[in-house]
Amino acid sequence: MEILSVKNLTKSFGGLMAVSNANIVLNKGELVGLIGPNGAGKTTVFNLLTGVYVPSSGSVEFSTAKGVKKLNGLKPYAITRLGMARTFQNIRLFKDLTVLDNVRIAMHSNIRYGLMTTFLRLPSFFREEMETVQKAERLLEIFNLNSKKAELAKNLPYGEQRRLEIARALATNPSILLLDEPAAGMNPNETAELTDLIQWIRKEFDLTILLIEHDMSLVMKICERLYVLDYGTVIAEGKPEEIKINKRVIEAYLGEEVLDA
Amino acid sequence: MKNLLTPKNIKTVVGIVAIYGIIQLLISTNILSDYYQVTLAMICINIILAVGLNLITGFTGQFSLGHAGFMSIGAYTSALITINMTGEYSFYVGILGGAGLAAVVGFIIGMPTLRLKGDYLAIATLGMAEIIRIMMLNLDFTGGAAGLSGIPQYTNWLWLFVFSAGTVLVTRNFINSSHGRACISIREDEIASEAMGVNTTKYKVLAFVIGAFFAGIAGALYSSYFYFIKPDLFGFLKSIDILVIVVLGGMGSLTGSILAAILLAIISTYLQSFPELRMVIYSLLLVIIMIFRPKGLMGSKEFSLGGFPGNLSLPWKKSAKVKDEG
Repeated sequence: MEILSVKNLTKSFGGLMAVSNANIVLNKGELVGLIGPNGAGKTTVFNLLTGVYVPSSGSVEFSTAKGVKKLNGLKPYAITRLGMARTFQNIRLFKDLTVLDNVRIAMHSNIRYGLMTTFLRLPSFFREEMETVQKAERLLEIFNLNSKKAELAKNLPYGEQRRLEIARALATNPSILLLDEPAAGMNPNETAELTDLIQWIRKEFDLTILLIEHDMSLVMKICERLYVLDYGTVIAEGKPEEIKINKRVIEAYLGEEVLDA
Repeated sequence: MKNLLTPKNIKTVVGIVAIYGIIQLLISTNILSDYYQVTLAMICINIILAVGLNLITGFTGQFSLGHAGFMSIGAYTSALITINMTGEYSFYVGILGGAGLAAVVGFIIGMPTLRLKGDYLAIATLGMAEIIRIMMLNLDFTGGAAGLSGIPQYTNWLWLFVFSAGTVLVTRNFINSSHGRACISIREDEIASEAMGVNTTKYKVLAFVIGAFFAGIAGALYSSYFYFIKPDLFGFLKSIDILVIVVLGGMGSLTGSILAAILLAIISTYLQSFPELRMVIYSLLLVIIMIFRPKGLMGSKEFSLGGFPGNLSLPWKKSAKVKDEG
């Protein structure tokens, strides 16, 4: 079943075509990779899907529990509430807030108490706050971060910041998770751990995952399907083994063969 | 309900009542003379203003330079209501009307200007406060440059205290809620905040409206205490005064704003005896404080009455520790 269908997605910045006519389909429960050389437009695709940029043309359709929704023109927070969460390439945690607060903020859209309840501290305020803390702690437990819940996010080691970003994205209760270079800057051990973690959360939270990654060991190991982007165009699509031997992909990464050499 | 009667809450309530009682006693026994009572009134009014602006600038991260504009709307509205109505209840109507109108104006101004960021927002809010001031200067019923005088004086220590303590409590409750955390997340990283499902426009406008509402209350109390207002009182310099309190106390610290409001009022009262050097010393003190505590007196730490007295030295200790780690 298709959960996300992207048709002829195009984004131009002035004369530069950052993404042109990209067609991407995600089926429910899939783990799909989006790869390509630097500057190919991968993060732009993420920004288009999550509403940070408005597409120049094309459509993005997301099947949620409440039917198929068109995402074009929706604000990022509205898209997040429909069930699409993301992490960022350059970690964007709330650095000066605690680990717990980072996760609690992501749970904001589940809060039902209103402003008057907040000002006057009515009983429902305490009840919901307690539930939020419990849920956040359970999530942090999964990511092995609960012992650091009172630390400021900026004081965590790099690998843990990456993990916290995924935990924070999961706190929004998504059905699709977009991971932008989750293994960037990690050593091989950390990458291996992260690989297991991604596979595990996919099952546990019933997720569909689209990930951008340069670390081919991770991509080839866990992705079921790959899209290859170069100069804003999808140049190849298929299983990892197919992509490995695809001539256009090799050209995009290494350059064309020089015949008369 | 059982979680209401914790030692912390009891200490907070006792602390609040004690502050009120002690100062009331000082006023009744005339230890605080009329002269110092004026300082006291300014402290309370400045606390309300600074807490409101701290919510906008310190917690939500939206740099506003037009807070005096909202104060003047509250002041003029309540002055006109109390002048034209009789009886003490006109004061309540005046405060509510002033604060309500300031909030409405805050909403109307906030909707378009809060799309701007940083310096641009500061200039836009500065401009809107000037527009409000020029309107007060040129409208018929506001008395022009001469302003309004003979405003009935209903503001007393009780009301000053009730409103400043109320403002602080309500703001504290807001900040420590999911709505408040949404505001803080905008300050921390607006893009991430929106990606986490926070309607950033809504919360920026909300913080602006709440801040304007409090400024309206402060203006109403001001007009009814000093029974005379004119447009010049609510110019650019007044907005800067409020901003100085917020920055000096610490962006994102309510108790910092309270502390700074008290400290600055006391300093400027004592400096009255050196009229020639007053502003020089005042400015010099500001510079010195900012050199030694660049993040403001309290940084983003809070001092709670509930933890008293064990937390007395805590804000200083904690900030020293953070420095070591950083």
